[in-house]
Amino acid sequence: MATFNLTVNGKKQEVDVDPATPVLWVLRDHLDLVGTKFGCGIAQCGACTIHLDGTATRSCMLPVSSVGDQEITTIEGLSEKGDHPVQKAWLEHDVPQCGYCQAGQIMSAAALLKENPNPTDEQIETAMNGNICRCGTYVRIKAAVKTASKNINA
Amino acid sequence: MTVLKTSIGRRSFLKTTALAGGGFMLSFSWLAGCKPTPETLELPKEWFELNGYLKIGENGLVTIMSPNPEIGQNVKTSMPMLVAEELDVDWKNVIVEQAPLNTTVFTRQLAGGSQSISQGWKSLRMAGATARKMLREAAAKTWQVPVDEITTEASMLYHKASGKSASYGEMASAAAGIEVPREVELKNNSDFKIIGTSRNNVDGKKIVTGQPLFGLDYRKEGMLIAMIAHPPAFGMRLKSVDDSQARNMPGIKDVFTIKTYPEDYAQQWCDVDSFPELVVVVGNTTWQVMNARKALKLEWEQFQDHEISSSTFWGTTVKIKVPRGLENSTQHTRVMTEFSSKVAKVVRKDGNPEAVFKKAAKVIERTYSAPFLAHNTMEPMNFFADVTDGKAELVGPIQTPEFMEKSVAARLGLPLEKIDIQMTRQGGGFGRRLYGHFLVEAAVISQKVKAPVKLIYTREDDMSFGVYRPAYFAKYRAALDADNNLVAFHVNAGGIPEGPLFANRFPAGAVDHYLAEEWSVPSNISVGAFRAPRSNFIAGAEQSFLDEVAEAAGKDPIQFRLDLLDRALKNPVGENNDYEAKRYAGVLELVRSKANWGEEMPNVYRGVSAYFCHDSYVAHVIDLVMENGKPRVEKVHCAVDCGIVVNPVAATNLVEGGSVDGIGHAMYSGLTFTNGTPDQNNFHQYRLIRHREAPRSIDVHFVKSDVDPTGLGEPPFPPVIGALANALYKATGKRHYQQPLLGVGITLG
Ligand code: FES
Ligand code: FES
Repeated sequence: MATFNLTVNGKKQEVDVDPATPVLWVLRDHLDLVGTKFGCGIAQCGACTIHLDGTATRSCMLPVSSVGDQEITTIEGLSEKGDHPVQKAWLEHDVPQCGYCQAGQIMSAAALLKENPNPTDEQIETAMNGNICRCGTYVRIKAAVKTASKNINA
Repeated sequence: MTVLKTSIGRRSFLKTTALAGGGFMLSFSWLAGCKPTPETLELPKEWFELNGYLKIGENGLVTIMSPNPEIGQNVKTSMPMLVAEELDVDWKNVIVEQAPLNTTVFTRQLAGGSQSISQGWKSLRMAGATARKMLREAAAKTWQVPVDEITTEASMLYHKASGKSASYGEMASAAAGIEVPREVELKNNSDFKIIGTSRNNVDGKKIVTGQPLFGLDYRKEGMLIAMIAHPPAFGMRLKSVDDSQARNMPGIKDVFTIKTYPEDYAQQWCDVDSFPELVVVVGNTTWQVMNARKALKLEWEQFQDHEISSSTFWGTTVKIKVPRGLENSTQHTRVMTEFSSKVAKVVRKDGNPEAVFKKAAKVIERTYSAPFLAHNTMEPMNFFADVTDGKAELVGPIQTPEFMEKSVAARLGLPLEKIDIQMTRQGGGFGRRLYGHFLVEAAVISQKVKAPVKLIYTREDDMSFGVYRPAYFAKYRAALDADNNLVAFHVNAGGIPEGPLFANRFPAGAVDHYLAEEWSVPSNISVGAFRAPRSNFIAGAEQSFLDEVAEAAGKDPIQFRLDLLDRALKNPVGENNDYEAKRYAGVLELVRSKANWGEEMPNVYRGVSAYFCHDSYVAHVIDLVMENGKPRVEKVHCAVDCGIVVNPVAATNLVEGGSVDGIGHAMYSGLTFTNGTPDQNNFHQYRLIRHREAPRSIDVHFVKSDVDPTGLGEPPFPPVIGALANALYKATGKRHYQQPLLGVGITLG
């Protein structure tokens, strides 16, 4: 066990855990932030995507000891009122079916648009390829990313 | 107008709350969705329960209970829409809550067979209509006017002659004192204001902001985490456990073994018995339990041939043979090839197919196969259980709460009244959560450790536990006469451990000489319903085969099918054809016109397919383009006849998803076995379709219909596979017969 001082969604958090604990389980079990999902545990599905200093990162294989002072943002902290352009576009397009993958999808999309506010279809496909949606909402995801991009640039 | 006898008791709702229990409801408040969205609405000071499905607040807010499990098929939005329609309420004022299992109030709280909407079509509307009638009677009594003169609109009551009006909120308290009416009238379809209009997902905001909704998100004070270890191979059982290291690891509370079912237990169809004894690790946190589980030293041994008796969905009892041995996929393929060339059980025979095949001008014969599939819901199996003081609280994702209540009650030795099952939103179902062994396991674990427990499966646990889509095989033969008419048709289909045949579906009824045979091979690998069971394979096989037959006959593939359907409509062969030829033809005609079928476009390769299942009809046209030597799905055109469409935005989403899902599984997914062990146990080995491989666009068209709603969750999946195979043939000049197509080196994108 060791103590780690994390910044999660702008808030300082202290946790006392095994240094190898993946950030996913620190968030879910210790900080009660369950918006970040468990899908595969091996960085293959994207359900656990968070932002680490703004970059989309799989939290299921990220040991808490490797975070250091990098800032963690989860879906709960993406916006204060749930009105991030990506979240709004997701609602407008009524993207979710079961909804389980969508936090990860949204985090990947938000990171993409931050880096590249005007992605081409090709760039969207590449950025979103690591996020599996078993319900098959990919067509809507792409449309929502484009709407969000339009609104960000408006 | 439909007049229905009501079957809703007033007090039923009160019973629901009493059952749920005060403390429980509180700890559960995040699931119940008590906060209205939009958030501008204030919660009322008082609720008035008019029946088990709804309550009205003095401020006009209405809570509608959604009875069925929500697995992504949108019932949590579309079922309450049915209630709201007949209540004549403004949708803006509606809060939806997921109902717990309550068999005294609700019927068929099940997610399966694509039947939630069709089965709830009358009962949910009746619940709304009953409450509306009580509100009207309350207004009539208050205003001293005849009830027939009271009209409603968007949560308001009016008496035109006197100019009086009141909101539902104002009249709710008086309505609660009105006798439940014996009969109610349902609206004419033409008067619908909510049904047929698009309403966004009621959980949308919670989903996109990451609020707790799913089973895995559930927690309760003092809750422990549990994981199981099951045999590494089908055909094996536990021999010995050495937990000396594991139980001393940090955070670990206990390690023990459990039997999921009692010794003399008669299984239900939704119980799974492939691994009857499991090793359990219980501890404080997920990571601690995961690590301790790795430190278990477990020995396994092979079991012997045995037989289990199980009740079917329909209540009959069947004996299932479970053979000993460690199975291999190579051996599976060999056995299936062998069986498909033997005479099997004849399920349907029309005319004299043998004789006609003998004198045919042309005979076409093709064999199709598909592997086992794992459901792979994005949210792995899990369940919360708190079994203390002779009662059980169970919370989580389950498609069959009513059935599993019986299984868990039998296992715990508790009466049904002592079992509470609450359903969370579910991260996918696809049939996997019909089989609730994990719910029973969680309950047994909680009973043993005397604490609230959340049982979590990792992806590997989930993918290797069984309940797979069976492996299938189908051999088709078609006979053409000298004029290229289809004169005989033969299908021989089977699988491990069950076959995919629907003997009375098209083209049965459209061909004079027809033979359908079926076989199966016993296995110890457990299987279960997977989105559109059996259809999910046989549709693609049959529709690819018909494409080849049409080509051999020199006919356009759509016209070829329409001619057969015309025959089935005007002069059907046999009496047991279980499809409506007219509706079948309807979706083909719709997709033909919407896709501009027949129009040549450079670098566009098209395939068509149509299928009927779950009482609905779906036709697909797929447009493939070749890019850098690789096929890419440019567009999917889809025509659907599912009767009245309740919520178009969600229905469209579901059809898009089903199409992507079908393409994905045909292309990439499959589970193979070596010595009883699945060769794939996570997404690095088991491929699901990804964003780049998905169609660029999907156009969904619904047949305008006044027919009561039929299934939608499953029907879009099966036919798309045929359309894909047929388009791939156009694009590459090669036909493929074995799924997944990845196996022959084809990828999309
Ligand atoms: S859970 Fe992290 S990528 Fe799947
Ligand atoms: S919405 Fe269900 S997995 Fe994406």
